[in-house]
Amino acid sequence: MTDSNQRLEVTLDTQLESVDLAENIVVRVAEEAGFGEDDLHKLGMAVREGVINAYNYGNCQDRGKKIMLAVEFEPETMIVHIVDEGCGFELSEVADPLAEENLLRTSGRGIFLMRAFMDDLAVRRGPTGGADLVLSKKLPHHVSGNGKPKSE
Amino acid sequence: MSLRGTCREVDDIAIIDFSGKITLGEGSATLRTTVRDLISKGHRKILLNLGDVDYIDSSGIGELVGAYTTVRSASGELKLVYLTKRVHDLIQITRLFTVFDVQADESSAIKSFRSA
Repeated sequence: MTDSNQRLEVTLDTQLESVDLAENIVVRVAEEAGFGEDDLHKLGMAVREGVINAYNYGNCQDRGKKIMLAVEFEPETMIVHIVDEGCGFELSEVADPLAEENLLRTSGRGIFLMRAFMDDLAVRRGPTGGADLVLSKKLPHHVSGNGKPKSE
Repeated sequence: MSLRGTCREVDDIAIIDFSGKITLGEGSATLRTTVRDLISKGHRKILLNLGDVDYIDSSGIGELVGAYTTVRSASGELKLVYLTKRVHDLIQITRLFTVFDVQADESSAIKSFRSA
């Protein structure tokens, strides 16, 4: 799975069990790619938050809709896509959970945690108009241009 | 592993020893019902022992905040003790250390309830 041209794609039902399933799949793939325990935890949690977002807010818990999970590799980066069938959203629309007035809110921290645990988070428009969350994390040991392994 | 909570009392302080995960679904619901149940029974000093809670997601954080506001609305106090490193880090990056009273150990927590 770590070759740059490989891609894993899974279609998940809009149900609670898909959250754990997606987390487990990505953690296994990331483990094969050589991520350490701490990064595995962060990756798993970010994916968990992404699928919770798709389940709750994208697909509004509608079991007739699907969640697409994809993992792909670029030479230096692992990229995870989580695509829902909702209406999409802009990152700029998401309230800051660290703002004083939002600290006591019981929701709204998922996007923040995805950003905190990944190197990059982008939100694109998926094929059905829903959100395509693109989560990226640098591979722990990638090969630099001179052929020597880079450490993290 | 889902969340399990065992309640005990020291003086008038209700201590809940949680173990497992506080995540979307069952874990979050267990936390919510346990705290609401204690409030409905008249408890106003509640200590959540999270020493065996190794995983909390955003839903779990939301439930902890919900538990805090539930207890405060009933003029009570809710404190946290024995946070694992990961839970500690999560509470820190979400700025919830400014909300929760986090105690290092049970005896300090009990003293802080008594001195309040």
